[in-house]
Amino acid sequence: MDGFHDLGGFQGFGKVPHRINSLSYKQVFKQDWEHLAYSLMFIGADHMGKFSVDEIRHAVERIDVRQHVGTEYYERYVIATATLLVETGVITQAELDEALGSHFKLANPAHAQGREAITGRPPFEVGDRVIVRDEYVVGHVRMPAYVRGKQGVVLHRTTAQWPFPDAIGHGDRSAAHQPTYHVEFRVKDLWGDAADDGLVVVDLFESYLDKVDSPRAVHA
Amino acid sequence: MTATSTPGERARALYAVLKNKDLIPEGYIEQLTQLMEHGWSPDNGARIVAKAWVDPAFRELLLKDGTAACAQFGFTGPQGEYIVALEDTPQLKNVIVCSLCSCTNWPVLGLPPEWYKGFEFRARLVREGRTVLRELGTELAEDVLIKVWDTSAESRYLVLPQRPAGSEHMSEEQLRQLVTKDVLIGVALPRVG
Repeated sequence: MDGFHDLGGFQGFGKVPHRINSLSYKQVFKQDWEHLAYSLMFIGADHMGKFSVDEIRHAVERIDVRQHVGTEYYERYVIATATLLVETGVITQAELDEALGSHFKLANPAHAQGREAITGRPPFEVGDRVIVRDEYVVGHVRMPAYVRGKQGVVLHRTTAQWPFPDAIGHGDRSAAHQPTYHVEFRVKDLWGDAADDGLVVVDLFESYLDKVDSPRAVHA
Repeated sequence: MTATSTPGERARALYAVLKNKDLIPEGYIEQLTQLMEHGWSPDNGARIVAKAWVDPAFRELLLKDGTAACAQFGFTGPQGEYIVALEDTPQLKNVIVCSLCSCTNWPVLGLPPEWYKGFEFRARLVREGRTVLRELGTELAEDVLIKVWDTSAESRYLVLPQRPAGSEHMSEEQLRQLVTKDVLIGVALPRVG
């Protein structure tokens, strides 16, 4: 989905609040509740097996934009975990509201069922010129919008394979496993002169790509 | 009923609901928190980089199969299942980001710092790499190409920087001290002194 989470290239932000080699990271959790975010997330995802990490990511993406902009980082993972635990029937909205003493606002419902991977094609090879398929996806997708329709070069094909996020992100545990590709783009090809010069490498699932010199790419 | 609640109150409410249902395993949160706070640390990445600087065979393995190289040190686990080391050269500076969320190589770099997960870094690095590095305090020569790696799937990166000038006589243990969390992310260069 084209959401606020998809921040690459988004303009209007100020400076990154950091100076190199400050030790601000040394207190890993800054507030006494922050460790609960990942802990409860792992209990739901790993210990109980109720949802995948991809579904967590999608639940974060589904947080209402007006709320998302004002959230702290770990807050988003609390909301996402609570949302998925309600959606999978482990807990209820009423139980959350009662424990909180006020309304516990969850993420918005999913607006899609997900989609299947493209299978049966030959893999891409290192050095291949590829184009990111010009697709708009209602549900979860791990293709940053800034590379949609853009061409790059394959630097690496992973030796491991993972379930296609667009499917497992909606709970489809039969999702096809695919390699990803490290695809190198020129920054100028992404944003023209309204950017610094350089390269960006994006890790893209096979189903997001077409080979440029193949006929299917023409109508992708 | 109060109209608003704090993030901490909501986290504790979710905890309370799960606790009431007896769904929180004994010791689970304590054990995971210990790992997050102490087990996953940039000191781990520093050991990898220092070893690669002094041991050509290890360097070769690290660049060929980062997962296997890090596993030699026991640096494996969640968010460290497919590790790729990014080699800097005199003409190339690698930097890591996750524009979509916060993906990081937990076992080797530690959990990502707040600024790395913040909207500013996620939005700006891919588009304004040189400007962002300069603002953070790293000025690179004009002829150095900046290559930003967006952690948008399951590969988890660490930057293998160049061994800095002046470190020729340093021990592996001393070299580790030059490799900070920011060096592993790629926004800083290792410096002697």
